[in-house]
Amino acid sequence: MLKPKVFVTRRIFPEALDMIAAKTDMELWEDELPPPKDILLEKVKDCQGILSLLTDELDTEFFKTAKHLRVVSQIAVGYDNIDIEEATRRLIPIGHTPHVLNAATADMAFLLMMASSRRLVESQTFVKEGGWKTWHPMHFLGPNVSGATLGIVGMGRIGLEMATRARGFDMEVLYTDPNRRSLEDEQKYNLKYQDLDELLTKSDFISLHVNLTPKTHHLISKREFQLMKPTAVLVNTARGSIVDHAALYNSLKKGDFFAAGIDVTDPEPLQKDDPLLSLDNCIVVPHIASASFSSRLDMSKLAAWNLLAGLNGETLPNCANPGVYELN
Amino acid sequence: MTKPTVFISRKIHDEALSLIANECDIDLWKHDEPPSHQLLCNRVSNVDGIISNVMDRIDIQFLEVASNLKVISQIAVGLDNIDLVEATRRKIPIGYTPGVVSEVTADHTMGMLLASAHRLSETERWVRNGQWKIAFHPLYWLGSEVHHSTLGIIGMGRIGEEVAKRAKAFDMEVLYNNPTRKPLIEAKFGIQYSSLASLLRQSDFVSIHCPLSEGTRNLIGAREFKLMKSTAILINTARGPIVNARELYLALKNGAITYAALDVTDPEPLPPKDPLLTLDNILITPHIGSATESTRKRMTMIAAHNLLRGIRGDSLIHCANPEALKDQ
Repeated sequence: MLKPKVFVTRRIFPEALDMIAAKTDMELWEDELPPPKDILLEKVKDCQGILSLLTDELDTEFFKTAKHLRVVSQIAVGYDNIDIEEATRRLIPIGHTPHVLNAATADMAFLLMMASSRRLVESQTFVKEGGWKTWHPMHFLGPNVSGATLGIVGMGRIGLEMATRARGFDMEVLYTDPNRRSLEDEQKYNLKYQDLDELLTKSDFISLHVNLTPKTHHLISKREFQLMKPTAVLVNTARGSIVDHAALYNSLKKGDFFAAGIDVTDPEPLQKDDPLLSLDNCIVVPHIASASFSSRLDMSKLAAWNLLAGLNGETLPNCANPGVYELN
Repeated sequence: MTKPTVFISRKIHDEALSLIANECDIDLWKHDEPPSHQLLCNRVSNVDGIISNVMDRIDIQFLEVASNLKVISQIAVGLDNIDLVEATRRKIPIGYTPGVVSEVTADHTMGMLLASAHRLSETERWVRNGQWKIAFHPLYWLGSEVHHSTLGIIGMGRIGEEVAKRAKAFDMEVLYNNPTRKPLIEAKFGIQYSSLASLLRQSDFVSIHCPLSEGTRNLIGAREFKLMKSTAILINTARGPIVNARELYLALKNGAITYAALDVTDPEPLPPKDPLLTLDNILITPHIGSATESTRKRMTMIAAHNLLRGIRGDSLIHCANPEALKDQ
């Protein structure tokens, strides 16, 4: 029997590649940069499956070209690079890799909170450049994490992981979400529901954990920055364009709030001459919340399972558009 | 009647200064760089009190010159810069500021731990240098997982306990070593007592929270690095000389351990030419464990009160050598 053809758009863990290669006729894109659009379209013409990354654009044209496609398996939690309505209309299931990243992402968000408030990067540069001449009671002061108020925007699974960590620091936790959690959850995690404006006004730390949708695009912009305390810290480990970056730069520059720590940017990657990189009170890391051996290995394996299940016509272990099964 | 005179060895919060100015004439060292030992001794020949910090060496020579001294008020928890025996013999009470720094120092420790695991300083430099060219690559910048890893805490005092509490909120396993066992803390946070050797062998992260004494000087040296996992990360926010700096350099260079995060060094401050600063796998901050606005203000206010009480001949709020005043 002829093995199905699949295209894997980037080198992932060998364990996962082996799983795929055993069952399919696999083509691997070896380059470190993503395949250009025209090559992607050319490659996918005869493929039954594709393993994609956030940086691959799977738009209407892609699905029109990929006539034989039976499954898309994306290594990521999010899938804003995929025209999911078009995929669903064509009954193509989209696999993704949720859950394995919840704890790692919450760890990164906490790291950015602490690094921004306690000025880790700035003070380390000071040491490297020979500025450290003495202990000084007034140098590198920042706001307290312990006992502060944490505002979580988007209370999904990662939000709950944040609330769990916050307890170790005796923080008060406020949250906002289109769907209010049950009273039981609110009590268990010690959460207080607020609308976004109230949350922004009251919080010392604000961490974003919402999906990127047309509604959350530029959710945090000039007006929102002006609501924040001058001592507040903003953390974004969700998606770059949830925050209006031009407004972010202006507000940080003016001191509307204390500092920002971001793992995601708009555009991504951020260019060297981006004004944000000229600021001392903005820490930028290159989308590495999920960058640990064990998380990435788990993601790679989960993506391989999703891909193979889709090729076999089985329900994907983690499907982003379960509607495709109902339509059947 | 003339007011008593006090020397303040570094700029401090205005509130503390004006409190002291009500009762004393102030000689304030205004420079960011500390006075040399000779200059320090020259300034204290007539003073009744001093506000000092860890950088000011208060030895026999100093105490000889400062013959009017009625109180030493240090802005710190540690007192290893002060000849305690000699000061006590001269019946000079020493004030210090315990209690207020535990939480923020534990915060900074967790920040350093997370930053090391996720290689914050290297990734942030990579972005600022314009090297972030590929938005997302599944195999770039893989770090260590913090959640569900094992933390070994050396020294289970107030700060050690606060660190244990935070680590448990990240679902970490916590081992500790201390001269005495702490059954209440074990029960409260679900942590385990361990010998030093076994703690070093099992831990993914090792964090130091004991005071500096002759017993703990060079506590972590060649033998200890050999016991540690090659993937282990060492965090020191206590005192520099507890870790042998030369052996630490070799361990990081040779891969005996993977990373170190230091808020304290030996010598301190670290000279810009120190070999540790040539390494990529190290994060060094300039002794800012307690550097939050509110904590430093509380520390300086306590130090101001300790100073004034000592000058008046009253007992101090926090006195490190109460026996100094016993016979009076």
